[in-house]
Amino acid sequence: MKIIACIKQVPDSEAKVRAEGGQVSWGDAPLVINPFDEYAVEGALQQREAVSGSTVTALCIGPESAKEALKHALAMGADDAILVSDPAHLTGELDTVGAARVLAAAIQKIGGVDMVIFGRQTLDSGSGLTAAQTARVLGWPMLGLAGQIKVQDGSVTVERVIEEGRQSVKSNLPAIISVVQSIGEPRYPSFMGIRKASKATIPVWSLSDLSVSAPAPVVTRSELMSPPARETTVEIITGESPTEIAEKLADSLIAEKVL
Amino acid sequence: MKTLVYIDHFKGDVQPASWEALGLAKSFGSASAVVFGSGVDTVAQAALEHGADEVLVADDAALMDFRAETYAATLTALASSHGPDLILFPTTTRTRELAAMSAVDLNSNVITDATGVEVNGDKLLVTRPIYEGKLFEKVIASASPQFVTIRGRAFPKPEQQVGKSGTMTKVEAKTDALTTVEGYSVAEVGVSLNDAGVIVSGGRGVSNNPSLQPPAGMDDKQAEIWRAQQGFKLVGELASTLGGAVGASRAAVDAGYIPYSNQVGQTGKVVAPDLYIACGISGAIQHLAGIRSAKMVVAINKDADAPIFKVARYGVVGDLFQIVPALTAAFKKKLGK
Repeated sequence: MKIIACIKQVPDSEAKVRAEGGQVSWGDAPLVINPFDEYAVEGALQQREAVSGSTVTALCIGPESAKEALKHALAMGADDAILVSDPAHLTGELDTVGAARVLAAAIQKIGGVDMVIFGRQTLDSGSGLTAAQTARVLGWPMLGLAGQIKVQDGSVTVERVIEEGRQSVKSNLPAIISVVQSIGEPRYPSFMGIRKASKATIPVWSLSDLSVSAPAPVVTRSELMSPPARETTVEIITGESPTEIAEKLADSLIAEKVL
Repeated sequence: MKTLVYIDHFKGDVQPASWEALGLAKSFGSASAVVFGSGVDTVAQAALEHGADEVLVADDAALMDFRAETYAATLTALASSHGPDLILFPTTTRTRELAAMSAVDLNSNVITDATGVEVNGDKLLVTRPIYEGKLFEKVIASASPQFVTIRGRAFPKPEQQVGKSGTMTKVEAKTDALTTVEGYSVAEVGVSLNDAGVIVSGGRGVSNNPSLQPPAGMDDKQAEIWRAQQGFKLVGELASTLGGAVGASRAAVDAGYIPYSNQVGQTGKVVAPDLYIACGISGAIQHLAGIRSAKMVVAINKDADAPIFKVARYGVVGDLFQIVPALTAAFKKKLGK
């Protein structure tokens, strides 16, 4: 199988993200592979192991610096990586439909793809839309929020994790899949993997290489706000016994009408 | 503003934020509810009772199971013929995919997890959390129809007027499918984190009860998980006494104490309960971002310096294995349960 893992680069989750002059600032926190996308790479590598003769390509839209995220995927074990980057035409953040159209074009240019795996959402915008939109642009089946993937005789079955439990869904290949954490902990980059990644040459495709024009955003940001600071001073409840403390706390919470 | 409101349900059980979306739509003028499925008269009637002026129903055996491609094609056809300015959804696993696909069909766009929606002339202003709730952005949407999914508990829920009648109009189902639903294993999920008014969460601390003696034959890791599960039982008893949901920190999930679906904060859920009780959770920055919309936080932790106390209104510095069961007992007594 020819498997693609789609990834994005985002500020580290430890970053103290702030609004500064109408822009998002994460200080000197590092940019990393979106943590949900590490599960996508993990899922792709599991499928490569399950179906012999498979390859995994990591695919990313982003600036030149996003090669570092692709190198993480290579270090985890991906066979190769492609960056779609076009600073002249892709200014600012792509909306998800725009990203889906670009990714779909890249997937078609790669050609002969059997399976494309996404993480469930990104840590920055967090919309969780791009996988389904890429599927729609390509006209491929969408198997979302998979906790388990099984390929057999040209079709794929996933265990989809939904609010009410699990749903088993099947489709033909090629298919677009998004994965959740139950797919398994992402493997750590191996020493050999890191060496290979550091030497890798990652091809960069522009929008004209993909024969797509820069999608026009239909949503513009008018304001960026920090969430209101929680104005609270903690009142520590003390007492002679757990029962006394619990009674005092229960009384306070009942009086606060938060139950 | 002509608004359609998609009512999300699983086998007839409506996701409560659907009604919140309907209430929001009504504040802009008239609202048509949209119900898809097979045998969904009850859901359609409930939509009328929650304020819909009319209900557009696609009722077809082929829509028995949610499948993104059939539901999206049905919605796209419906939106093309009705020409709404806005389509509102509750944010759920299904509606993300449905809205995503239909927006592609209609050359539009989806704004997810809205916590504020204002109409200004022919423009929509939508507020939503980004970076896991560390920031909020306000965006101006100019697409038509604009797709917006709203976050649970961000908007008031309309009163149900039992017996209210209204127009129900059948619409055509589009049934060309690319996927087959093979079956379900429905979990006993209890109250969902997204809709919960009260959440009681456990962290790594729930495994630290030294007075418990694990059954013989367990290795250290098994014993740790066993201890943690005993701890989560106490958390669960408090949650169910308060009619709430059980949450967990990433540390507890990563340690294998409880499934990912319970995780609050980084790579988990952003929640907005009235009351959040954190038991044995230190309060990593990602976790604090995930509970920022909670109206009140209570922290129970043996470490007085834990960051969780900085966002808490009430705190108890002590042993959660003594405090949590005592709190359950106190609420049972005081709330008459």
